[in-house]
Amino acid sequence: MTEELFVSGRHIEHIDPYLNLWGGPIAIYLFLGGLAAAILIFANFFFLMGKADKYPMTAKVSTLIPPVIISFGLILLVYDLHHKLYFWQLLLNFRIESPMSWGAWTLTFIMIPAILWPLIYMRDIIDYLSERNPACRLLGLLNWIDKMANKFGIVRFFIGLAKTYQKPMAYITIVLSLILGVYTGILLSAFNARPLWNTAILGPLFLTSGVSTGAALLMWMSKNHDEKRLFSKLDLILISVEIFLIIHLFMGMKAGPLVQYDTAMLFLGGPYTSIFWVGVMGLGLVFPAILEILELNHYKIPSWLPALFILSGGLAFRYIMVYAGQFSSYNIL
Amino acid sequence: MRYAMAMDTRKCVGCGDCVVACQTENDVPIGYCRDWIVEAVQGTYPDTVQMHFKSERCNHCDNTPCVRTCPTGASHVIEGGIVKVTPNECIGCGACIVSCPYNARFVHPEGYIDKCTFCDHRVALGQDTACVAVCPTDALIFGDLDDAKSPVSIALKNNEWYVLAPEAGTKPQLYFLK
Repeated sequence: MTEELFVSGRHIEHIDPYLNLWGGPIAIYLFLGGLAAAILIFANFFFLMGKADKYPMTAKVSTLIPPVIISFGLILLVYDLHHKLYFWQLLLNFRIESPMSWGAWTLTFIMIPAILWPLIYMRDIIDYLSERNPACRLLGLLNWIDKMANKFGIVRFFIGLAKTYQKPMAYITIVLSLILGVYTGILLSAFNARPLWNTAILGPLFLTSGVSTGAALLMWMSKNHDEKRLFSKLDLILISVEIFLIIHLFMGMKAGPLVQYDTAMLFLGGPYTSIFWVGVMGLGLVFPAILEILELNHYKIPSWLPALFILSGGLAFRYIMVYAGQFSSYNIL
Repeated sequence: MRYAMAMDTRKCVGCGDCVVACQTENDVPIGYCRDWIVEAVQGTYPDTVQMHFKSERCNHCDNTPCVRTCPTGASHVIEGGIVKVTPNECIGCGACIVSCPYNARFVHPEGYIDKCTFCDHRVALGQDTACVAVCPTDALIFGDLDDAKSPVSIALKNNEWYVLAPEAGTKPQLYFLK
């Protein structure tokens, strides 16, 4: 048995006794990134399938969300930097090996279609909302945005340009959204010092989880029966894939080298066992999946219920991954 | 040129002089340190119990995860393989801290990421690093691995040694003699 301890008085904030440099803001940022990517993927996909008018909630109204949550995520990200006033260095450099650099640039580029998309449909969105809920408080703000957008020639020009090239823009947006969704996982998987994160499955896992939370949100927001059912079915498939990927993650780790085996044991008997298997796997995936199966079989279940569980499960999953990942290490003092 | 350090675990008495010398030489803020001492105890009393000390710091790896994950290029490698951070390019995101298996980096109170520099300002003048210069038992040895006559090359040739977490694949350049 070897026991090691610091004898020169080392207790550095966020580093000792174990790393906890990244916390809530990063977890929320990863969650919002995945959610925004999912909404953009669905909206642009439905547009390309020619179903924008059939499913107006997904293809038009929901696109109000991504620019707001991406901006909020970016604010969180800058807030979490320790050398905040130098954040612009991110946008002066592109480093192909650094996932964080990829993320910063993807978020910058994706903001352009994310802002243009709701502007293209602003009239439709206002009509849709005022038809269903004339007292909606958002309407005043949307009307003001619409008025402002029409007031400035340059904005009108860009909206016109976006309308003309809407199809190629949709393809590009889907690719950018996929990069954004997968990046939330790859950001973490690039750190070989953190065995929990250092697995290639994390990118697909975070993408699936993000798209699943997006589908849940759209299922919740939609007022159209067909649209609700479609997202309910889609979400069931995504949840199944996610469960498979999670099991695969731990299988791979248990069969891996010692550091990864030890990391898997954090979740299979260690301190993260109950919170992960009950909180994320149980309440965040299996329980809402059962609710959705019941709902598809015509049981009366309000759609916000499974959606809420999936969304909070997705957030909890990212919290746990961010904290447990930093806890996992090569055990060098 | 490839700077490296060897640390003789048989000679170290754990006095902590290297830690204080570094803090003084590099104006390390109070409460922080760029190098530190680990006491390792093996065995269980009343059977054989062995103890040795290790003076640890940034390993100035050959394969640098911290430089790879840095989004701005603030973390970089200078001549001789020394890993450094440029404070006014650093955004303080912490990607390098998270990517270091040795926990050798920390957030400086001013916001940028700080770490051991192998005293590059002294090395450039042909001097030893501050920690090596003060070590009272000569447990710390510094030099150029490309020079077969440098103290570190000779020490590595004549002794058994190990590095920390070789399985992390970082090719660390802080060698422990045993």
